[in-house]
Amino acid sequence: MKTSRSYTIPIIALAIALICCFFANISLGSVAIPFSDVFASLVGGEVTKPTWEFIIQEYRLPKALMAMITGSGLAISGLLMQTLFRNPLAGPFVLGISSGASLGVALFILGGTAFGISSTFAFGKWGLIISAATGSFLVFLMVLGVASRVRDTMALLIIGLMVGSLTSAVVSVLSYFSKAEELQQYIFWSFGSLGDVSWQSIRILLYCFIAGMLLTIASIKPLNALLLGDTYAKTLGVKHSKSRIIIIIATSILAGSITAFAGPIAFIGLAVPHLIRQVISTSNHRILIPAVILGGAILMLICDTIAQVPLSEYTLPINAVTALVGAPVVIWLLVRKKKLLF
Amino acid sequence: MNHSNFNILTIENLSIGYTSKKGNAVIASDIDLTLPKGQLVGLIGINGAGKSTLLRTLSGLQNPLSGKCILEQTPIHNITPEYLARHLSVVLTGQAISKNLSVLELVSLGRQPYTNWLGTLTEADIQVITETLEATDTNHLKDKKCYELSDGQLQRVLIARALAQDTSIMILDEPMTHLDLHHKAAVLKLLTEIAHKQQKLVLFSTHDIELAITHCDQLIVLQDKKAMMNTPKQLIHEGVFDTLFPSKNVKFDSSSGRFLIS
Repeated sequence: MKTSRSYTIPIIALAIALICCFFANISLGSVAIPFSDVFASLVGGEVTKPTWEFIIQEYRLPKALMAMITGSGLAISGLLMQTLFRNPLAGPFVLGISSGASLGVALFILGGTAFGISSTFAFGKWGLIISAATGSFLVFLMVLGVASRVRDTMALLIIGLMVGSLTSAVVSVLSYFSKAEELQQYIFWSFGSLGDVSWQSIRILLYCFIAGMLLTIASIKPLNALLLGDTYAKTLGVKHSKSRIIIIIATSILAGSITAFAGPIAFIGLAVPHLIRQVISTSNHRILIPAVILGGAILMLICDTIAQVPLSEYTLPINAVTALVGAPVVIWLLVRKKKLLF
Repeated sequence: MNHSNFNILTIENLSIGYTSKKGNAVIASDIDLTLPKGQLVGLIGINGAGKSTLLRTLSGLQNPLSGKCILEQTPIHNITPEYLARHLSVVLTGQAISKNLSVLELVSLGRQPYTNWLGTLTEADIQVITETLEATDTNHLKDKKCYELSDGQLQRVLIARALAQDTSIMILDEPMTHLDLHHKAAVLKLLTEIAHKQQKLVLFSTHDIELAITHCDQLIVLQDKKAMMNTPKQLIHEGVFDTLFPSKNVKFDSSSGRFLIS
């Protein structure tokens, strides 16, 4: 797809903004650490206090990386869904994909007692990922099945709502039978959290992220064709069902694995692609995808910085902050642009 | 007929319609047509006669109930989508296309069948796009977004996209609906140019029978589950238009080539 102008400058600007947000995120927290020490720790230099070194290396740096992966991955899955459904309101949370992941996780964490096996300890992190990804994949297939029958925007959004209620219903049933500690584990998971992740978890998540991104990059051409609708895409020689499946798998891997580790996080997937379209007014996925990756990481780092309430002891649940930031953004876009375009 | 007028699309014993669990719903059957290059062919028939179904079947978007559509020598439904996309382009109405696309982006999507896996445009692709924008008189619109365009401009741009696909056959489903007479004439003129100058087969369905009679080289009339094709003059002579509409309210006046409401 040919674009009217080059978008190198906005993309470089986004990259610089990302670097700034990254340093700001690591510098700010409940313990005040001078920027010189933060920088020294990141580049492997001498840090004044060993505790500071520990805080940065074992807590803030993994958390910042986690925020970047989460933000980018959710934003990309939002972009993929908006194009696939040709619906500006599509996103992993709105369509119930995140709820599907929650359902998978609820069955995994809480279902153990109900079914008499301690699944959490038997399969660990990979079990969490697989159950979340399976949950999101199944919901996605269901949404897609409905979308192909009902050519109605509302129907899709209602499905998202229904899956949300279904999740909470299953969770309440399961919580009757599950142990208090498992319930607590699930509740904390559902608040969403970017902290407390080990380097090993980040590595697992990174594999899933890279797999999702490779599938996304492989889908750039069909994604552009899908902007014209399914029928036009077919007449342009797109192998329609194959491309559709690849896009669905990419979205499920990204949204599922991220939700498994970070909990259900709202609005990033919906808001970031629209915010990026304000800066970069093209529909070409070859340009949008890198921009959305950068934008998602930036917004998530900002949300995380707000969540840790700099220089205080409090930490807010991350999904509350993304909703507080994301919802007004979407409303503002709707009011200002009158209609959202995908 | 000269040598360039060879038949590019052959339809043999074609039955079109829909398959469902209850059985086949036949819309039209026993269609035998040969369509030559370099001609503007109009497809007419009353609502529900099966114009869209025929066009969808010819475009390979829908399977025929029986029979064949043959592109040069190969049956269309045996061809890979990539190959077909280089030989047959389509303009449809009422598609939910992304209105956020700029005209240049939309037209350049027509090059997709020729580009690599990332959709990188070569110099040659850009050359074709530039020529297409010139030929369709849409160059001044190229930086506009689709939501900024009028219906007439959008239709032109959609035709430009199909033209950029550089195929020997172009199929259009009601390209003149929702347009005023001025823009209808402009679209028709553009289609005539594409057919005659670039030696393509341009096949379009329309309800503007009077315009089709005066401008098309050949007309296909879908009526009573059958299709017939001939020059407009011959069809008038055979009295086909006299019985096109079932009611007594509309009469065809063969001397003026117009429909009169009685």
